[in-house]
Amino acid sequence: MTALAALSRLLTTLVTLFGVAVVVFVVIRVAPGDPIAMMLPPGATQEDIDRLRALYGLDKSIFQQFWIWVGGILLGDFGTSISLRQDVLQIVLGRLPATLELATLALVMAVALGGALAVIGTLRRARRTETAIDLWNGMTLSIPDFLWGLIFILVLGVVIPLFPVSGRISPQLDPDYLTNFLLIEALIRFDGAVIADLLRHMTLPALALALPLSAIIAQVLKQSLKEVMHLDYVMLAKAKGFSEVAVIFREALRNAVLPTLTLVGVQFTFLIGGTVIVEKLFSYQGLGNLAIDAVINRDLPLIQGIVLLFSVLFIAINLAVDLAYAVLNPRLRHG
Amino acid sequence: MDRASLRLWLAGGWLGALVMMAVFAPLIAPQDPLAQDLFLERLPPAWIDGAEPGYLLGTDSLGRDVLSRVIYGARIALIVAVLAGGAACLIGTTLGLLAGYYRGWVDTVISRIVDIWMSFPPVLFAILLVAVLGTGLHSVIIAIAVIDWTRFCRVVRAETMQQARMEYVESALVYGRSRFGTLVKEVLPNVLPTIGVLLSLEMGIAVIVEAILSFVNLSIPTDDPTWGGMIAEGRTQIHFAPWVLVVPMIFLFLTVLSFSQFGEGMKDRFDPVLR
Repeated sequence: MTALAALSRLLTTLVTLFGVAVVVFVVIRVAPGDPIAMMLPPGATQEDIDRLRALYGLDKSIFQQFWIWVGGILLGDFGTSISLRQDVLQIVLGRLPATLELATLALVMAVALGGALAVIGTLRRARRTETAIDLWNGMTLSIPDFLWGLIFILVLGVVIPLFPVSGRISPQLDPDYLTNFLLIEALIRFDGAVIADLLRHMTLPALALALPLSAIIAQVLKQSLKEVMHLDYVMLAKAKGFSEVAVIFREALRNAVLPTLTLVGVQFTFLIGGTVIVEKLFSYQGLGNLAIDAVINRDLPLIQGIVLLFSVLFIAINLAVDLAYAVLNPRLRHG
Repeated sequence: MDRASLRLWLAGGWLGALVMMAVFAPLIAPQDPLAQDLFLERLPPAWIDGAEPGYLLGTDSLGRDVLSRVIYGARIALIVAVLAGGAACLIGTTLGLLAGYYRGWVDTVISRIVDIWMSFPPVLFAILLVAVLGTGLHSVIIAIAVIDWTRFCRVVRAETMQQARMEYVESALVYGRSRFGTLVKEVLPNVLPTIGVLLSLEMGIAVIVEAILSFVNLSIPTDDPTWGGMIAEGRTQIHFAPWVLVVPMIFLFLTVLSFSQFGEGMKDRFDPVLR
């Protein structure tokens, strides 16, 4: 990617970020309902309301309000949560690691499962196995993460209770770690019991998030693998006596992976979006669960912080994927 | 019958049955879906010991008939599917046609808005909108339409761009048709199959989103039965009365699967471009 292209990509990102800020502001401030009335407990006096109104700059014009609000956010001031009486940024950043770990594990599962299905489907193409894989992909794609979560809770949590169905870690284990990246920290500390417990709790929600994505990966990767398998250099490798498996792993995969990469990037943001309801379903202590509680408690500053954080995360992932694509794609590298 | 038609018939059959259930719910439902009877709480379905006649799929923790509730729940699901799906389709298709056909600044503005919209996690966005608008069926429908129009917009825009390059569009213009007339009379009919497929998929998504919103208790504030509400109830009863969870799950599953398979079937059948 040339410097100019990178710069223009960065500019569009800034425009998108600004747009996100405008939308969040409009939804939360201009929509029906007085934000101050929502911040105060019922029975607050008019004096209290006026004081708070002036404090938040709500007595000024709507444009001035917007800039005061944006200025605060840029300085890291996301306000105070009404229900938890703590700094919003701190609460949100405290919950983020749990969601990131869950989403990353789900992504790893999706890539592993989708990749395996694609390779098997390519090896056994135009046979019953491929048909079966196509059918499975079609079905997994039609069922959203919410339903997968329910199915797993029912089947693997209750009928055959293999996995815990709520929480992030067993209460008796709760380790006194420095960060909230429990899994990463446990891995670094080589704390086997904690790793196993975290993974057991994460398996079902992560799988629910991973299945739809794995189907998409399997479909797209299989398609591009099958196309590559007809190309000359693959035929040559086969003629040289390499087995199909070796050809796929040594030659074909490297060239087929690029179209899948962009797709995985975009789909990863959907997966992160899915954590909201899946975390609720499994009472997993992450951002999504927090978001729903915040909505139920009408905790607007907290909701606002969570929505902004999720959006920034989405935009960052999309930007990272675009840049990675530019670096990995030889056609764009010298373009 | 080939596989694509079979898929269309099966999916269409379930959706048709569902529409009948929703329309004739008062005639079909064996019990009043709201009637509570604590003497009849957590009755198992008919094929398990301890069942009562007249309660084919058992009762929930308040003694309400699960079958009747799931039948009435189809009403909300279908209303949301049609209204929210239709509204999202209308907004997204209009903007997608304009962006793909006129290009230039119109396209830039619309595409930028789509980018901004896609930066929000959809479920979180929906929950936020419902929280701000207040709970209720109208909020759910507005929220889904406001969020999901981008699905239509992106695909319709791409498809319109492709169609606009074709010779028939040029001939229509040469023949003296106005730009807008060409868009509506020539381009739109060729984009319609794609829109039909997307609409079917979107209706399935709308049903799920409604279920999710009523699962977290943000959909309909009254006692009216919804599948999501039943699932939330069932989740708490999972160890004592699993059927309270399983029945609405199966209905939700079949409905979502049918909408998406109906869309896929239409794609195979009618649309050479998407195939």
